[in-house]
Amino acid sequence: MNAPTKAIGSAPTARRSGPRFRLTAAQRGILLAAGIFAVMFAVYGWKQSVGLTPNVINTAANKGALLALVAMAQTLPILTRGLDLSVGAVFVLANCLASSVVVGDPMMTGVGIVVVLIAGLLCGALNGVIIVYGRLQPLIVTLATGAIFFGVSLAIRPQPGGSVNFEFADFMTRSTYAVPHSVILLVMVVVLVWIPYRRSVLGRAAFAIGSAEQAAYMSGVPIERAKVLAYALSGFLAAIGGLLLTALTYSGAAKITIANDYTLNSIGAVVIGGTSLFGGVGSAIGSIFGAFVMRTVGDLLIVFDINPVLQPLFVGIVLLVAVSIGSLRILRIKNKLDLYR
Amino acid sequence: MPLLRMEGISKHYGGVRALENVSFEARRGSIHALLGENGAGKSTLIKVLSGVVQPDAGTISIDGEPVQFANPQEANDAGISCIFQELSLLPDLTVADNIGITRPPKKFGMIDFAAQRRIAEAALARVGGESIDPLATVSELSLSRRQMVEIAKAMARDPKILILDEATSALTAADVEKVFAMLHTLRSEGMSIIYISHRMNEIAELADTCTVYRNGQKVETFEAGTKSDNAIVEMMIGREYDSVFPPKIAKTLDAAPVLRVKDFSWQDQLNGINLQIRPGEIVGLGGLDGQGQKQLQLGLFGTLIGATGSVEINGKPVNLTSPKRAKSDEIGMALIPEDRKGEGLMLPMTVRENLSFAAVEKVSRFGLVDQAAEESAIAEMVSLLKIKSDGIDGPVAALSGGNQQKVVIGKWLMTRPRIILLNDPTRGIDVGTKQEIYQLLQKLAGEGAAILFYSTDYDELIGCCDRVLVMYDGAVVRTLSGDQLTETNLVSAALNLPAGNVEADIAVQAREIAK
Repeated sequence: MNAPTKAIGSAPTARRSGPRFRLTAAQRGILLAAGIFAVMFAVYGWKQSVGLTPNVINTAANKGALLALVAMAQTLPILTRGLDLSVGAVFVLANCLASSVVVGDPMMTGVGIVVVLIAGLLCGALNGVIIVYGRLQPLIVTLATGAIFFGVSLAIRPQPGGSVNFEFADFMTRSTYAVPHSVILLVMVVVLVWIPYRRSVLGRAAFAIGSAEQAAYMSGVPIERAKVLAYALSGFLAAIGGLLLTALTYSGAAKITIANDYTLNSIGAVVIGGTSLFGGVGSAIGSIFGAFVMRTVGDLLIVFDINPVLQPLFVGIVLLVAVSIGSLRILRIKNKLDLYR
Repeated sequence: MPLLRMEGISKHYGGVRALENVSFEARRGSIHALLGENGAGKSTLIKVLSGVVQPDAGTISIDGEPVQFANPQEANDAGISCIFQELSLLPDLTVADNIGITRPPKKFGMIDFAAQRRIAEAALARVGGESIDPLATVSELSLSRRQMVEIAKAMARDPKILILDEATSALTAADVEKVFAMLHTLRSEGMSIIYISHRMNEIAELADTCTVYRNGQKVETFEAGTKSDNAIVEMMIGREYDSVFPPKIAKTLDAAPVLRVKDFSWQDQLNGINLQIRPGEIVGLGGLDGQGQKQLQLGLFGTLIGATGSVEINGKPVNLTSPKRAKSDEIGMALIPEDRKGEGLMLPMTVRENLSFAAVEKVSRFGLVDQAAEESAIAEMVSLLKIKSDGIDGPVAALSGGNQQKVVIGKWLMTRPRIILLNDPTRGIDVGTKQEIYQLLQKLAGEGAAILFYSTDYDELIGCCDRVLVMYDGAVVRTLSGDQLTETNLVSAALNLPAGNVEADIAVQAREIAK
């Protein structure tokens, strides 16, 4: 009798096909979202009566960049398999705060900007600390803190109003040689915040946590610090969005519809951008394109002369289609139980 | 002086003793094998050593220095690297990320990806996994390749003490050879290696010293090669039987099989399984944990896509495509799953709701639940199973583990199944409830149910089953019944050692295979 020495498991599948271009799941998500956006924007430009003039591009970029920043903020908690329902409120809080402090001479304006960014960072850090050390569900924690942040916004600005340093506002929303400054801002955030984060130990820890939290713990990953940082950076990015909003509107307004609209649409943008709601896979760059996809829907309705009231309907359809394309992996599942994990 | 010394280690989980006053030593430049049945305490000892759990009592010292580990990171820092049988890899990250995650190389405060890649390549080369692309995502790799990454990850930490807990069970033969070659090299370089495996041939090839555990206690430590395989198996099992098992009901099994499975295969985890069960028969599934027993039951229950082979119920071929179909009147199958909390119960819901979930169609008319019928069916089940609860309208989560298991069983008995598949139903429950479950099985068999019973407890298989199919590597390697159904036979069949040979033969063969 010959006892098998072969171990359980699969047949040898040693394969390494030389240099190759295989994309990671996150890169596929970015490309998909960028592709959808490119097609939609091309159609928009083609149907536009004046074509894609610098002005048209600048307007579209400013609108998209707002949601893009909030969506980037949402990406970080989702990567850790969490969620941040307070991003919209932090966005509004930063707007209200900025309409009070980003004023006066350049020196004071600069200080005001820093104050707004630190406020956002602290809001996010508060979320992270409660979630990590209170061992509470991110969903309910950020729902509660979101209400608190919105309440603070109302206290700061009970009525819409305030002002902002005009030069700053104009500079943020202008374009140079047809390149919108809001797009430059997005690129800078990617280069100065996202890419260093992605390459930092705590950034990778965030991916590890979302991928398999127990395995991350077993590997000695700094789980608690990584989560707090993810939420803190989320608040920081949402505050940048709030600053841009202030620059666009020249004022501050504590409107709950704005907070809710941005929170919910940010989740949609994150998912279109290829980030998994189960955590561990994704990229804030994808979320930027996801945001632009969602915002372009409105522009397309205008050029096709469809009542803009119907925008939510079309946004919903685009969201469903994009998510369906991203979940074709289900066709490869071999044990039906895996579908329900 | 031994490199590692553990003394008087005890660990209890609730009332269950996992380790009792165990001591252990490991030397430099030596491979020490830990042997024992499932649940003998080996894994707990390793978890204590690697900082995953903290012992209730006892001391650990390395190089004579006493140490204490509050978490896995501290054990890592002390030079202890453990390769667990449950993978500790992060599936969405790259191979290089995984290997570098415990001690990432940094440049300007950020991870130095180039250096990390070099470290990963070196670590992979060291374990013989050069062909693995460090930039591939782990979830894209086969199980064997992943396990190689796991080993490389442990090696990248440059440990003084390397622990392999069933680390080769997922490897292909080619990879096993590479890992063995590496272990031999590491031993000659002075590393202390602790090796856990159920594969006797591997232990014969690798180990310098062996220690056998049983029931959370150390049985004996001896030099490898001084005992025959049979003597080792005896040490592993040598405990008295507790006669907790009700007498098997005498029955004449002349009815035609209710379930007949031919050449059942799935992926590479089930290989050509044939079995048949007659009404009233209790058929056991034995073998080491993870040899395809769970997959076989899931396959019969219709959750595996792409399973091949034929299944006949009462002589009629059927196509099992989903649990919904499996439980239909035509087939009448029930699966009591292994993962009670995940697959068996809705923990926050009431006992009543949990009991009637699976059988709700049987107590409904025109899509509406007949409350009176439901009530009486539930009352019958609660009294049959002696479910102890504060009331059937309380959440099932409030029940003890044993009573929760009864609810899972009751839920399926309410469908009045003809074929009952049980996946290790007594794992982690108290002796009293175990005994009640054994009695229930005999009663159900007496009433004509066909039972397929997987258990990791050999006593249970012997005490309950009419016949036991022993699985190894996704196939049934031996069928034991009557006088043949002994613990020694079960263990040697589970290790896939040939039956009935003289001891010397076994040892010789094991060594030949190992070469």
